[in-house]
Amino acid sequence: MSAELAAYATSGGEAFQFWVLGTVAVAGALGTILMRRAVHSALCLAGTMIILAVFYLANGAYFLGIVQIVVYTGAIMMLFLFVVMLVGVTAADSLKETLKGQRWWAAACGLGFGILLAGGIGNASLTEFVGLGAANSAHGGNVEGLAALIFTKYVFAFEMTGALLITAAVGAMVLTHRERTERARTQRELAEQRVREGKHVPPLPAPGVYARHNAVDIPGLLPDGTPSELTVMQTLRKRGQVRDVSAEALADLKALEQRSEERLGRDRDEEEATR
Amino acid sequence: MNPVNYLYLAALLFTIGAAGVLIRRNAIVVFMCVELMLNACNLAFVAFSRMHGNLDGQIIAFFTMVVAAAEVVVGLAIIVSVFRARHSASVDDASLMKL
Repeated sequence: MSAELAAYATSGGEAFQFWVLGTVAVAGALGTILMRRAVHSALCLAGTMIILAVFYLANGAYFLGIVQIVVYTGAIMMLFLFVVMLVGVTAADSLKETLKGQRWWAAACGLGFGILLAGGIGNASLTEFVGLGAANSAHGGNVEGLAALIFTKYVFAFEMTGALLITAAVGAMVLTHRERTERARTQRELAEQRVREGKHVPPLPAPGVYARHNAVDIPGLLPDGTPSELTVMQTLRKRGQVRDVSAEALADLKALEQRSEERLGRDRDEEEATR
Repeated sequence: MNPVNYLYLAALLFTIGAAGVLIRRNAIVVFMCVELMLNACNLAFVAFSRMHGNLDGQIIAFFTMVVAAAEVVVGLAIIVSVFRARHSASVDDASLMKL
């Protein structure tokens, strides 16, 4: 009786685990597509993948559960984060729609597709299940069972994946490696070039407004109060991370004037009231 | 609880991933959504493996993981090289075959 029952329903503990972690997994997946910054998306996806690893373990796929954590959250997501840092953490997705109404159409298509999938699963006769107990213990364990299949029935596919991985590694190296076509100029050559051209012979002006800020991303101010792009290093300029504080002093002054104005006005009102 | 619920969860995650591929403009996030879809398929394979009581589903999920790893390596390399050429990771900007 209990064996028959076990073929139709999982334990209560697993059901609890499924509903709690399943909710978190869906929330993580939604966070992946809704977060504006790529770093947040990556972290949400990593959470979802860890929960999927727990689900694999709950389903008796012990080897896959561990591989999921090691390969997906350990290697693939870290690679994603690495590339996100390389491409620029601050680069948020633009909200401008290039195709009109594309987001709503995409959401509607997703909804329809989801209903189609759910309907297909609901119509299939999947009420009973066998369980992996016998299959896992046939060769002495889950890992042994998988090994017996990989090295007999699926050995050709296994060899193919080996070739694929090597090709992918070589491809990644070819794609990201950049050959230097010209020799990098030395400091002496650069200095000679500067003298020959006659512009910026002394070193470039230093960044920072010394009375208030001395950070490297703040441009120095010219005598007329405008910031000088030349004082900030090229990398920050290209990334657009130059912090302009030239308007701050004026804004402070304006706020001070406004406060004193309010104060004086209040004093005048009080004087009139007492009079 | 019936293990079919794992299939529903996999379908839901796959749908979310597919919608993300259509909605997002950042190439890296689009790629993450593809990974989400692959993971959802893996969950379905593992659930099927348990339902039918044999390990073939887990083997397929294992091969999917290997192919996904290779795909991520090459795809991210392509994204990095496109970013170097165009200073943008948006899929809208890469509209020409030449650089």
